[in-house]
Amino acid sequence: MARMKLVLVGNGMAGIRTLEELLKSAPDMYDITVFGDEPHPNYNRIMLSPVLAGEQTVEQIVLNGRDWYAGHGIALHTGKRVVKIDRGNRFVEADDGTRASYDRLLLATGSKPFILPVPGADLDGVVGFRDIADVDHMIRASAQYKHAVVIGGGLLGLEAANGLKQRGMEVSVVHIGDWLLERQLDEPAARLLQQNLEAKGLKFLLRKQTRELVRGESGRVCAVQFKDGETAPADLVVMAVGIRPNTALAESAGLQCQRGIVVNDTMQTFDPRIYAVGECVNHRGIAYGLVAPLFEQAKVCANHLAEHGVGIYRGSMTSTKLKVTGIDLFSAGNFMGGEGTEEIVFQDPGRGAYKKLVLQDNKLAGACLYGDTLDGAWYFELMRDGTDVSDFRDKLLFGRHHIGDSGAGGGLGDEKTRLLAMPDSAEICGCNGVCKGDIVKSIRDKKLFTLDEVRAHTKASASCGSCTGLVETLLAATVGGDYSTAPSKKPLCGCTEHTHDEIRAAIAEQGLKTMADTMQALGWQTPDGCNKCRPALNYYLLCAWPGEYRDDAQSRFINERAHGNIQKDGSFSVVPRMFGGLCTPAELRAIADVADKFQVPEMKVTGGQRIDLFGVKKEDLPAMWQDLSAAGFVSGHAYGKAMRTVKTCVGAKWCRFGTQDSTGLGVKLEELTWGSWMPHKFKLAVSGCPRNCAEATIKDFGVVCVDSGYELHIGGNGGIKVRVTDLLCRVATEEEVLEYCAAFTQLYREEAHYLERTAPWVERVGLAHVKARVVEDEASRKALAERFRLSQEPAQVDPWKERTEGALTREFTPIQVSA
Amino acid sequence: MTDWIEVAKLEDIPRQGARVARTAVGDIALFRTLDDQVFALRDQCPHKGGPLSQGIVSGHKVACPLHDWKIALDTGIAQAPDEGCAARYPVRLENGVVRLSLSPDEGCPNG
Repeated sequence: MARMKLVLVGNGMAGIRTLEELLKSAPDMYDITVFGDEPHPNYNRIMLSPVLAGEQTVEQIVLNGRDWYAGHGIALHTGKRVVKIDRGNRFVEADDGTRASYDRLLLATGSKPFILPVPGADLDGVVGFRDIADVDHMIRASAQYKHAVVIGGGLLGLEAANGLKQRGMEVSVVHIGDWLLERQLDEPAARLLQQNLEAKGLKFLLRKQTRELVRGESGRVCAVQFKDGETAPADLVVMAVGIRPNTALAESAGLQCQRGIVVNDTMQTFDPRIYAVGECVNHRGIAYGLVAPLFEQAKVCANHLAEHGVGIYRGSMTSTKLKVTGIDLFSAGNFMGGEGTEEIVFQDPGRGAYKKLVLQDNKLAGACLYGDTLDGAWYFELMRDGTDVSDFRDKLLFGRHHIGDSGAGGGLGDEKTRLLAMPDSAEICGCNGVCKGDIVKSIRDKKLFTLDEVRAHTKASASCGSCTGLVETLLAATVGGDYSTAPSKKPLCGCTEHTHDEIRAAIAEQGLKTMADTMQALGWQTPDGCNKCRPALNYYLLCAWPGEYRDDAQSRFINERAHGNIQKDGSFSVVPRMFGGLCTPAELRAIADVADKFQVPEMKVTGGQRIDLFGVKKEDLPAMWQDLSAAGFVSGHAYGKAMRTVKTCVGAKWCRFGTQDSTGLGVKLEELTWGSWMPHKFKLAVSGCPRNCAEATIKDFGVVCVDSGYELHIGGNGGIKVRVTDLLCRVATEEEVLEYCAAFTQLYREEAHYLERTAPWVERVGLAHVKARVVEDEASRKALAERFRLSQEPAQVDPWKERTEGALTREFTPIQVSA
Repeated sequence: MTDWIEVAKLEDIPRQGARVARTAVGDIALFRTLDDQVFALRDQCPHKGGPLSQGIVSGHKVACPLHDWKIALDTGIAQAPDEGCAARYPVRLENGVVRLSLSPDEGCPNG
């Protein structure tokens, strides 16, 4: 079959990113032709500021060299401006007469600087700040002339001013507003910024309107005159008052334009054969000028060009940073506040630090940071996820590591790390041993833009994820602010566009009962998923349809398939369940006999009050279970995303301080919950008095007995980042403990994302939400507890017994090849 | 001349799964993918020797259970940015019978 023809007009970041996404999923679908009016291959426009400042070279910011185009069979026409689209005959024509016909056309014509319509705007020496040619112009001028005026005190204007100053010019910034960066900063933060930039030698002329650019004797601009009559000398004038979507070509072809080429949620224009992405686009009334939203658009557009037909672009939330070396500012969302909002402000002018957070309905609505922006990525994440912050509002301002957030940089301790000042040898990712220097180098050399790319190339934050915040901060600092952490939603994995929550909702609402149905209904992009989504889907289906869904062994991690923990040498460890940590001499003898019989090389008492047998060969597992099963043991699920153990102290039966029978209650809780599959591992503990010897306050569900009854604690974690539990409530009887435990467990099972422990889940949904469902609403609690009971009926089957009775024997039997 | 040894029937290997063939030259993992193709690799991840036969199979790749390296079943090569390969053994599927050769394909140091 002949391939379709795709023509891309615009060789910038948005268009090429769309092609990259397209080539990933449908590499052979199109013959591709690219037109760019600049003479360069695709480069990173964001990094023009560092090039102007002399910190990087043009070669360093090229994203895709000509070999990339050639390697993908893409015909590249640089230095050619497309001047005509013939929609009837489906071809485009460039200014040199080159024609290319298309089946699909992608417009990514970007934007152009807005040039103030004042007299003299066309003089020699007046320039915008948009492309390599503008930068070359400015660099040449800086070598010859002295006075520069930058009109516009926005991000682009300040970066231009900084660059020209670095190149030795006297620079004044003219700004019409009352303070700089009024779209990114409030007044106090802008004042700090201004002081800081003035200390670097920049001059500022605020509340000034330009009347005219004055022509000098040579014909070149020589001064700027303002409406108040004052003038400023200028051998170079940089217009940075804003950008306008470049829609001339689209308009000339009769496409609907309105401050941008109008597109729908699939990035399609009014002509179904023509798509548009990037700064030239008007999506739901918004034209974006930052790179992150453009990359999201690219992804959606590529999905439709590849005819997968499932991506939807719903708009983006954006954040900004200024790329001026030595200046840290960050802002996002509604940072000015207003009616119905509250503000939390920290100000230390002496240190040049300012932080303002805007709250609305207990959620973070905006942030404006100056001087210390290390937590910017975290605040952005809280905004994007709509996290309820009421539980840690008092610590919010002090940053991520001051609260028990499981995503913080555990390995780095709690020093407020000046991440950017850290040496290159500092280890960022403790799991994979990745240093700061490695990460920064990979980001630069391999032109990485997203967290996932950094993970793939460096492995940093690819394992436990606790350094994610640090890696994101490094990424932002290295790429320069507008990197794409900003997908408005996080898909479960690369196989799908959908989030965990969307998938769970679809399973329930559409009654999807098998993995194949789920993948088909939700437009999975791979035939059978991957090792990220299959275990998640298996769990979600199991949780949604207890007793009905048939567990898919091939979608479980080996530990859950083999009911043991795989060790580094490929052997397994086996942990029999000991309810509440209790055991009898006969049981201990049975374990000892098993250890002898199977020549177990090592035994260990675990932290969960039971015994671990190490070094068991896989093919010995069924026989070993048979012996353990005969002695009355069931599997301890020490290997699974499941209920693990109930740790207990000895309690009132023996302890002189004990207030209740903590061991007995622990046994009852374990009998209630064992066998339950969970989003992640789940641990319980019962302490007999507030001395808390069973460490109940770092468990997922902890009970602390007191004289009058029982305190119930939730959401604790003793792992990477220790998190102390939140107190859920106090109850009077054991029956209530069991009911609340069942209800809380079920709420977690139904709402948490797969592989999300209770600690981050509670932080995400808020303690108030958990209390509302489990404590305050009795009917809700009882319904949850009942659902848990129902799902436990089919779940409390000992997998060891099943296996010894013949289930999946071939899993454990190697094929003997004698030849 | 390749010596083909009959080692299993297709249905002996779980779909989207694997079996271990214990041979004189060491353990060989036999994989069966969703589309009923069969692949054979030395049962050792090029990273730290993890048993690939125990990994989750999706598409034409397997994820090592120890540290999640992704190994392509048709080439034995680790997915970038990881580098390395697991030796590939010739395998044939005819009329539901799986036949294996114990001479690994050339080109992989982990042979």
